[in-house]
Amino acid sequence: MITVLAEVDGADVAETSLEALTFARTLAGGRGTSLGVVVIGIGETTDEIDDSAADSLARTFADYGATRVRFIGGPDVAAYCAAAYAAALVDAARQWQSDVVIASGTPRGTEMLAHAAVRLDAVMAANAVETLSDDPLVVSRQVMGGSILEDMRVDSPVAVLTVAGHAVEAAPAERGESSDSGRAAPEIERVEHRADPADLVMAMQRLEPTEQADTAALTGARVVVGAGRGVGGADEFDDVLELVDLLGGALGVSRVVTNLGWRPHHEQVGQTGSRISPDLYVACGISGAIQHLAGCSSARTIVAINSDADAPMVTNAQYAVIGDLHEIIPAVNEELRRRRG
Amino acid sequence: MTNVLVCIKRVPETSSEVRLTDDSMDIDAGYVGYTLSSHDECAIELASQIAEETKGTATALSVGSPDAAEQLRGAVALGCRGAILLEAELGQFGPVDIAAAIAAEVARRSDDGEEFDLILVGNDAADTGDFQVGVRLAYLLGRPVAMGISTVEIDGDRVMARGVAGAGTEIYSLPLPAVVAIQEGGVDPRYPSIPGRMRAKRMKIEQRPADVTPSGSGRVRLRRSAPKPSEVQILGEGPDAAAALVDVMYEIGVVPR
Ligand SMILES: Cc1cc2nc3c(=O)[nH]c(=O)nc-3n(C[C@H](O)[C@H](O)[C@H](O)COP(=O)(O)OP(=O)(O)OC[C@H]3O[C@@H](n4cnc5c(N)ncnc54)[C@H](O)[C@@H]3O)c2cc1C
Repeated sequence: MITVLAEVDGADVAETSLEALTFARTLAGGRGTSLGVVVIGIGETTDEIDDSAADSLARTFADYGATRVRFIGGPDVAAYCAAAYAAALVDAARQWQSDVVIASGTPRGTEMLAHAAVRLDAVMAANAVETLSDDPLVVSRQVMGGSILEDMRVDSPVAVLTVAGHAVEAAPAERGESSDSGRAAPEIERVEHRADPADLVMAMQRLEPTEQADTAALTGARVVVGAGRGVGGADEFDDVLELVDLLGGALGVSRVVTNLGWRPHHEQVGQTGSRISPDLYVACGISGAIQHLAGCSSARTIVAINSDADAPMVTNAQYAVIGDLHEIIPAVNEELRRRRG
Repeated sequence: MTNVLVCIKRVPETSSEVRLTDDSMDIDAGYVGYTLSSHDECAIELASQIAEETKGTATALSVGSPDAAEQLRGAVALGCRGAILLEAELGQFGPVDIAAAIAAEVARRSDDGEEFDLILVGNDAADTGDFQVGVRLAYLLGRPVAMGISTVEIDGDRVMARGVAGAGTEIYSLPLPAVVAIQEGGVDPRYPSIPGRMRAKRMKIEQRPADVTPSGSGRVRLRRSAPKPSEVQILGEGPDAAAALVDVMYEIGVVPR
C-alpha cells in the first residue's frame, strides 16, 4: 500500500493533495498495490471529526483511488506539530506496510515528510513530477527552481516523495483503472494519536491570523494581476491595483518588487514566493525569470503586458500586449468600466 | 549570549540560462556565476542580528568545495565572526551526508567546549531544493526544529520563531539548543560594510575535510525541462489593444458581473 498524506480544510481537499493522490495512484497502479490516505489534526478528539465531513472526504479520496482512509485526531495533534504529525503518519505507513509515502510539496507536506523520512530511515525526493522506473524507483524532480529536472534514484526500503505543486493534473480514477481503486466506500479508521512528549516541544504555540499576511487570498484567487520592476516605483501601483479591483482578483509581484520594498513579501509569486494557479494571470512589467515562472506557470491563461516583445514572460504567455504598462492598464481599466456600465 | 551557527551553501546563479556538463551530472560551472540562496542570505542576517543583540557570536559554515570560501567571506562581511569550511565534493553528497557532516562538526566542537545554541539553515537550497538538511541535522543532534521560519527572536532559553503560512503568522517557541530553517521574507539582508569587508578579507577560514563517508544523492542525471513552444498571440501594441485584451477577459469568463 502507498500512504498519501492529504491536507484538508473542512470537507475540502487541497488541490495539491489531489495532485499527489493522482501521482500516487499511477505509481500504485504500476505496482499492483493500493492507496491509503492519512488526514491529521482535525479536532481535539477523534469524535470531533464531523461525520458528514469525514464521509465527504472519504468519498473524494475513493474517487481518487483510495481504499483506506485514516483520520487522526486527539489533543496532541490539535495544534500543528511537524514531529507529532510525522509520527502519526509513520505509524500509519508502518501498519499499512507501505514502502512509499507521498505528500504534496506544500510547506506542511514537505516539513512532515522530512521528519517522516528520518523516522523511516528513508531517502526523500522533494518536488517529484514523474516516476521514470519502478524497480529501482527512479523519479524525475524539479531542481534549480524548476528549469532543470533531476532523475533521482530513491533506493531505500521505504521511499518518501513530495510532488511538486501543479506538476501533475489532479484526475479522479477511471473505473477499473486498477483492481482496488474506485471502490465506492473506502475503509475508514479513526485513530487518536498519543504523541511522545519529546515531539511536542515543536508544536505551534499560536497562529496570528493577519489579513496582511494572508497568502491564501493570492494562492486561491481566480485572477491574479502580477506587477514587476516595470511598474517603476512603490507609488506607481495605482493602475495595477485598480485592475485588481475591477477583476476582483489578487495582486502578485516579482521578487525585485519585494526586494526593493515596493510591496510586502507575502505578495511574491515564484520559487521563493507563492505558487499560484488562477484562471487568469496578467503579468505587467515582469520579465519572466525562471524563478518567477516557477510560481505562475500553472495559470490557465497568462497575459503579458510588457514593453519588450522578447521577454520570456511574453513568450510564455498565451496573449500579450506590447508597450508601456502605464498607458495600457489605464486603457484596460477604462474599457472594463465602460462595458460594465 | 547566544552563539549561532549559520549553515550556507554556494549555489549556481540560475537566473540566466544554465548549461549542463557533458555527462549531464552537474551544472557546467564555466558558464554560471555562484551565489547564495536567498533563504541563506536571510539566515545570515538573522544570525548576525541575534549575535549583536545578545552579545553572542555568529559563525558561518559551509559544506562544499574550497570555492565556497567566497560565500563564507561574504557571510563574514555581513557580521559573522568565524567561518568553517567542511570540504566535500558536493556531487557525491546528498542531504543525509550534508546533515551528517554538519552534525559531526557541531559534536566535535561541543567536545572542545564550543557550543552553538542556535543553528540556522536555509529552508531549502536554490539548486537542489532538498528541503531536509535542517530536519535531518536536528534529529542527529537531538534538537527541536522548525521549518519555514522568517524571523527569530531569543527569549531567555528559548527561541521564538515566526513563519508566514496560508492562514497567517505561525509562532513557535522552541527550547534552546534548537535548529531553525529560514525562509526568505522576514528580514532584508544588509549590505556589507567597509570594516566588514576588510575583516572578511583577513579572516582565516577553518578548513577541514567533511567527516563522513557519503551515501550519495541518488542523482542519475540532470536534464532540461522541455521548453514550451511559444504560442503567444500578440493582441496589439499600446493602449489601442485594451479592447482586445478585455475581449479575452470576457471570453475566459473572469470579469465579475
Ligand atoms: C534563488 C532565487 C530565487 C528567486 N525567487 C524568485 C521568486 O520567487 N519570484 C520572482 O519573481 N523572482 C525570483 N527570483 C528573481 C528572478 O531571477 C528575477 O530577478 C525577477 O523575477 C525579476 O523581476 P522583474 O521581472 O520584476 O524585473 P526585471 O527582470 O527587471 O524585468 C522588468 C520587466 O519589465 C519590463 N518593463 C520595464 N518597464 C516597463 C513599462 N513601462 N511597461 C511595461 N513593461 C516594462 C521590462 O521589459 C522587463 O521585462 C529569484 C532569484 C533567485 C536567484
